[in-house]
Amino acid sequence: MFPDLGDYATEVLAAYGASIGLLVVIVLLSMRRSRKMRAQLDAVEARKDAASGK
Amino acid sequence: MSIWEYANPKKFIATTTPLVPWVMGISISCLVVGLVWGFFFTPDDFRQGSTVKIIYLHVPAALMAINAWFMMLIASLIWLVRRHHVSALAARAAAPIGMVMTVIALITGAIWGQPMWGTWWAWDPRLTSFLILFLFYLGYMALWEAIEDSDTAADLTSVLCLVGSVFAVLSRYAVQFWNQGLHQGTSVPVATGERSVSDVFFVPLLVCMVGFGLLFLALVLMRTATEVRARRIKALEARMR
Amino acid sequence: MIALLKRDLVLAVRAGGGFGLGLSFFLIVIVLVPFGVGPEAEILTRIAPGIVWVAALLAALLSLDRIFALDFEDGSLPLLATSPLPMEGVTLIKGIAHWITTGLPLTLVAPVLGFLLHLEPSAFGWLLASLALGTPALSMIGTFGAALTVGVRRGGLLMSLLVLPLYVPTLIFGAEAVARGAAGLDGLTPLLMVAVITLASFALLPFAASAALKINLR
Repeated sequence: MFPDLGDYATEVLAAYGASIGLLVVIVLLSMRRSRKMRAQLDAVEARKDAASGK
Repeated sequence: MSIWEYANPKKFIATTTPLVPWVMGISISCLVVGLVWGFFFTPDDFRQGSTVKIIYLHVPAALMAINAWFMMLIASLIWLVRRHHVSALAARAAAPIGMVMTVIALITGAIWGQPMWGTWWAWDPRLTSFLILFLFYLGYMALWEAIEDSDTAADLTSVLCLVGSVFAVLSRYAVQFWNQGLHQGTSVPVATGERSVSDVFFVPLLVCMVGFGLLFLALVLMRTATEVRARRIKALEARMR
Repeated sequence: MIALLKRDLVLAVRAGGGFGLGLSFFLIVIVLVPFGVGPEAEILTRIAPGIVWVAALLAALLSLDRIFALDFEDGSLPLLATSPLPMEGVTLIKGIAHWITTGLPLTLVAPVLGFLLHLEPSAFGWLLASLALGTPALSMIGTFGAALTVGVRRGGLLMSLLVLPLYVPTLIFGAEAVARGAAGLDGLTPLLMVAVITLASFALLPFAASAALKINLR
């Protein structure tokens, strides 16, 4: 099943590993920051509503 | 009904948030299909051996690296002309993704170049242009980080993006001129672009390009929404103080 | 406009930094190179065109943050902005003043430093011409970079990061003209390209620089 990569197995696997790794990193970073901002915004909005409610 | 309605941050978030998982899902399935197809089910090239498989990462990444800058240029123009905040923030959101794409293109290129050209790095016009593009991304992001007032930052980075685009194109031609000037007669074996690729390789490559494009779109939408929220937090906190 | 030019020149001369500092930096970089690569004349001859150009570029970069920073701090920049002189004129004059205080002296001493690096005799004319035509572009591009970062505290490093990639085309064509001259070839094509970059940056960048300045002064 696994293709025979011949002499260049290291190179091909390294290229795939590095690229997919980088893509995963940027996706995870974006998602983490997105979630953090969303939570922060909710907190701030709640505080604002509480302050105006008084 | 016009496209400018989406310049309203609230409307933008409301419309794009449900879209993001879908776009992300399609892009990841495209990437999985394209990469698995390319990795497992395409034959080796008779000259390049199995290193030809790197093309499925290298070419789409390079494509998106340039298109990301192009998208930033358009977003900057829209911001300068029509003053829609979402546009400026979209440009900011795209820059890190474009930079990652540039890095992927450079790394995969270097890994491919090592067995094929016998060197990790050659001062070939294309390689050099990408290095310069990488520097432009760095400078652009650094300027965003350095300026506190967000509207000022958006204006200045937009101006930089416009001027930078002109110089990036200029550098591209200058670099071509420079290398030909130094190495007359020698032909640096430039990667065979998709033009000269046969269908066996081209179809999975196309799938990968679509995957990369959609991934870029999903990330930009997500990050733009993040930036909009970050700005709203800043505004609310300033008001409450 | 002439008054502003005179004022900037007088300030640069009085402060002493304008002429002296950039020139000494240029000299030091050139002197350091043989220590780094060894004193063999053939190697130096080969790399001399590039070294002189890179050194000139760095020397020009060194004094860029002075273009607007001092005026920004003491408040004369907003004054200039409200004067009848258009902002584009101000940035143009600032660029010219920077060139007279750094680019022009650099060009004039470059042949002397060429001797230190065993530059080919046939290349001296090309060196002089390419620097004379190219350094104005360096000053004008630098003025744009300085205008972008004038509001940033300790923006010098950031400005280098922004300006250096913009210097790439000028450097390539400038050094290429000298290298071709050294090889006994005709360097006119890259020389003309340098001239094109200079003219284009003087025609367009004052607008971009003044836009950036106005944003920073807002």
